[in-house]
Amino acid sequence: MTGQTPLVEVSNLRVRFHTPTRIVEAVRGLSFTLGREKLAIVGESGSGKSMTGRALLDLVPWPGEVLADAMRFKGQDLLGMSGEARRRLRGRHISMVMQDPKFSLNPVMTVGRQIAEAYQLHRKAGKSEARDRALAMLEDVLIREPARVFDLYPHEVSGGMGQRVMIAMMLIGEPDVLIADEPTSALDVTVQAQILDILEKLVTDRGMGLIFISHDLPLVSAFCDRVIVMYGGRVMESLPARELSKGQHAYTRGLLGCLPDLDRPVRRLATLQRDDSWLQGG
Amino acid sequence: MGPGSIIVRNLNVRFGEAHVLKDVSFMVGSGESFGLVGESGSGKSTVLRVLSGLNRNWEGVVEVDGMPLPQRPEKAFFRSVQMVFQDPFASLHPRMTIDAILAEPLAIHGLDQPDRRIERALAEVGLDGGFRFRFPHQLSGGQRQRVAIARALILEPRILLLDEPTSALDVSIQAEVLNLLQDLKLRLGLTMLLVSHNLAVVGHMCSRVAVMKLGRVVEEADIDSLRKQGGQDAYTQELIAASRRVALASA
Repeated sequence: MTGQTPLVEVSNLRVRFHTPTRIVEAVRGLSFTLGREKLAIVGESGSGKSMTGRALLDLVPWPGEVLADAMRFKGQDLLGMSGEARRRLRGRHISMVMQDPKFSLNPVMTVGRQIAEAYQLHRKAGKSEARDRALAMLEDVLIREPARVFDLYPHEVSGGMGQRVMIAMMLIGEPDVLIADEPTSALDVTVQAQILDILEKLVTDRGMGLIFISHDLPLVSAFCDRVIVMYGGRVMESLPARELSKGQHAYTRGLLGCLPDLDRPVRRLATLQRDDSWLQGG
Repeated sequence: MGPGSIIVRNLNVRFGEAHVLKDVSFMVGSGESFGLVGESGSGKSTVLRVLSGLNRNWEGVVEVDGMPLPQRPEKAFFRSVQMVFQDPFASLHPRMTIDAILAEPLAIHGLDQPDRRIERALAEVGLDGGFRFRFPHQLSGGQRQRVAIARALILEPRILLLDEPTSALDVSIQAEVLNLLQDLKLRLGLTMLLVSHNLAVVGHMCSRVAVMKLGRVVEEADIDSLRKQGGQDAYTQELIAASRRVALASA
């Protein structure tokens, strides 16, 4: 990777929400670079991991404010870019798979048309070409009868299928960077493994960069290359994924300790003791 | 079998054309924790819905709390069997205070001293009285799930049905809720039927487990023997392998 411009560079990212009573800091000083690799951001709800993904896409909702020393995509400065230019990047170059298919798909449009629409928009393609590509994409995400599923509405598909539909929609534009926000937490273990295989293939074959947002530490450790552990909007620890189980920070150890394990039965699960000093300094 | 037990023999459920439960049989002893695992669509939740009287369209023999389950159970039945649902964001009424949520089952069943009962139920799940007059949106996910458990316990049931009670929660909160359920089970002598797709969670909570696939129970086993010998059925082995694959190697 040496000598190449990283896909994404972020330095000292802060996301703040101005509320009438106080300023809520969702992300406090996050820095990372992403190459053609699988980078995981882990943490509990409220740790700021989803906001990090949204900040990259310029999707932080009002009244949120995004500040950073630098935020670049393939060397292009994202901070100085117009909203219109950011919008053109979105979907075509950087896309994001949202957590919940129930809220992220258009309920009054068939899933196939939604996928085809994404392709038409990003690739300036005709209707029938988009339809063919959408059907192929549904097959790629292991949907058994793509032609039937194409004409279903979001409420007619299961959670796992909805998740795969969203992944298909995000991948059809062939982005350089995919931000996946808990893409597999609604899926069964067997389907989960298949979806991870698809993502893995895209990273190795197409050189895509993947930011994998999750609270599932074991999964991340097995699947990703590097891990950033976040708590309260701050980075607690950053380490190679394979060494996650050897994480040193008390928070990482605490998260690992409260997981039940089939092969190591315990009478009582350890619970996480939070420490306010984790949010100090830096 | 006595109070608190569950017997299911050749349970069949059809929704129109779809045959979703096919000859499901299992038994849960009084005070036992029993797990149901399987992928989504395998019928786990449907079993719970039948046992809780929410699904009235079934065939077979079902005994709950030592008595045959009628197709249309009477009100008293619902006191003995209570359910906790997966998503604490969906299962609590957003316009009702915690107090009103907990008072409703008491009013329905005509129980006395609602004040005292509500206070005790909240204390049992580790929430102080300050939560009583808040709304669900003012609570975190873990606190809401505690309220949902309090709502189930306030009727003093003998059987608690848990439908993926922690899959919507962070792992640290999951540990707290699972510990709470263990404590309650020991203290109150509850029978628990836990549905989950997470074999590690079931392994932690239960002594026996039934593995479901496509509406059938493909295997019923002791957790200990699953741990040591693996499963008999290919699908059980797949589940165990998947659970081990994601377990951290050297935690």
